[in-house]
Parts: sequence; C-alpha cells; structure tokens
Amino acid sequence: MLTGFLQLLSFLLAGEIVVHLAALPLPGPVVGMALLLAWLLRRGSEPSENLGKAASGILQFLSLLFVPAGVGIILHLERLQREWPAILGSVVFATLISVALTALLLRRLSAGKEQSHD
Amino acid sequence: MIERLSSLWTYLQTLPVFWLVLTLGIYQLSARLARRVHGFPLAHPVGLSILALVLILYATDTPYEHYFAGGQWIHALLAPATVALAVPLYQQKERIRSLFIPLLTTLTIGSLLAIIASVGIGWMLGASPSSLLSLAPKSATAPVAMGIAEKVGGIPSLTAAVVILTGITGAVGAPWVLDRLSIHEPAVRGFAMGLASHGVGTARAFQESEQTGAFAGLGMGLNALMTAVLVPVLYGLMV
Repeated sequence: MLTGFLQLLSFLLAGEIVVHLAALPLPGPVVGMALLLAWLLRRGSEPSENLGKAASGILQFLSLLFVPAGVGIILHLERLQREWPAILGSVVFATLISVALTALLLRRLSAGKEQSHD
Repeated sequence: MIERLSSLWTYLQTLPVFWLVLTLGIYQLSARLARRVHGFPLAHPVGLSILALVLILYATDTPYEHYFAGGQWIHALLAPATVALAVPLYQQKERIRSLFIPLLTTLTIGSLLAIIASVGIGWMLGASPSSLLSLAPKSATAPVAMGIAEKVGGIPSLTAAVVILTGITGAVGAPWVLDRLSIHEPAVRGFAMGLASHGVGTARAFQESEQTGAFAGLGMGLNALMTAVLVPVLYGLMV
C-alpha cells in the first residue's frame, strides 16, 4: 500500500514537473494521470497489487475530498444572495442538458461498435 | 466555567485538527443519513456535509481560512486521487480502444456544449460578467476549472464552489436523466457523468459499476484537457 501510494505521488510529481517545464495550461494531477496511464499501457501488464490497493483505497473516498473546497462557497454568500437564480439555474440546467446530450450522442455513435470487440 | 469554555472554543476555532475531525465526522454522518433516506435524491453526502459545515462556520463567525487550515489535509488528497484514476482506466483499455472515435467526437461536442450551456443559461437568467466567467469551466474538475477561471478573469474560489455544485447536480440528477432516456450502457452512462460532472459524478458512477466509474474517470480526465483548451479559445473569440 505504501509502495503504491509512493507510485501515485511520484507520477503526481512527474506531472507537476512536465507542466512546469512545458508551460502547459493544465493541472499537474491530470498530466500525472495521463503519465501513469501511458506507463501502464507501455508495460502492458496488470497494475501491481500495491498500486491497485492504493488507487482503490483513495478512490473509495473520492467524494469526501471535495468537501473542503465546497465549503469555500461561504466566501460568496453575498454574490449568491444577489445572483442565486442565475447561478443555480446555470449549474442545474447546463449540467443535466450536458449529461443528456452527451449520453445520447455517444450511444448513437457507439451503437454496434462494442459488440464487435467482445 | 463559561469563560473557560469560551476560551476553549477560541482555541479550537484556530486548531486545524478540530476542523479536520469535524469534516470527517460530518461526512460520515451525512453518508449514513444519505443511505437511510435513499429515496430522497437531494441528500448527497457532499452536499449535506458542505451545508452543515457552512452553517457551523456562519453561526460561529469562523473565517474560512481557519477552517481550511484543517480542511486542506483532505483537499490535498485530491491530487493523488486524480492520478489514481489511471488504474481503473487502464483496466478498460480494450473498450476504450474500440470506442476511440465515438469517445473523441462526443468529448469535443459535449465539452463545447457544457461551456456554452453554462454561460448561455447564466446570461439569460442575468448573471454578472464575472459570474459568467466563473461558470464557464464548471464541468471540468476543480483544480483545472479554477486555473481556467483565473486565466479568463473569473473568480477561482467561486468557480470551485460552482464546480462542486455541478458535481452534486450530476451525481444526483444524472442517473435519473439517464434512466428517463433509457440509457443503460455502463460506458455511455459513465462517460456522460464524468464529462459533465467531473469527480463527484465519477464517485457516483463507481457506485453503479467498476466500468461505469472507469468511463466516468475517462470523461472527467479528457474534459479537463478539452475545457482547458476551449474556454480560453472561446473567450478570445468573444472579446
């Protein structure tokens, strides 16, 4: 588990370094994820038990990790008081519309494709 | 006695571990409550926890900085958790390969749509320009969205808040919408949830199945990249 966690952090570090050196407009963790995926694909074997345990261990609590940033909404109570219908409307409707249209489009484009590989 | 208690409170208020314990404790209670009232979809553990913590900070007049001194220990784990999404993704590599072109097409259109819908609906309902710029990247994962908002003149901390609200909306509303449209394919459900509602939606997708979760992680990761490219480009076209 510790080895796995070290691997995750090393790829995070690698992601941060790449972002800094290449001046990418992307966050280090996302690049770190891409690097880890590339590494796994190159090796071609299943992730080690250590890495698998560390990954599923941390992903199990994924939604908890958003709580502290979300509490930051307290910094914007005045703005929300003024603009809540617009902000809430944008959040709720845009999100649900995106989910619906994205899913309909992907289902349409992928129809029949998956079976050919299974 | 009262004096002692009030001095203890002043002490606790600035003690990071106090807020850390409170955040974890409230989250566990919220998760238990959300499970118990399963039929009531608005009871999402993240939403309930944020609501409870905001009420506590508000009632006790505690500055967010004091809270975040403890909360940052949890927040810091978001970065390695994002990296960890590569593992379930790898396990879906065959499926991703066979769906490569549909996924890429859907990503481009879906990402564009999420940005335009956010800004368009906000604009129609009368949001101020700085709010609109903060709303634009809201489907991307929090750290990406905050960076984008900063770049185009939005307010990063407001973006963080709307990003998480977006996540909760997706976690709560997306399964319902997808059921109504009778979309049952795990890959399609997951990709749409991750694309539109990032990590919170992804966490919800993992509850449906490992495959749904993996595709949500894919949608989230790819949309982080796409939103980071599209928002500054669209902004450049607008001004």
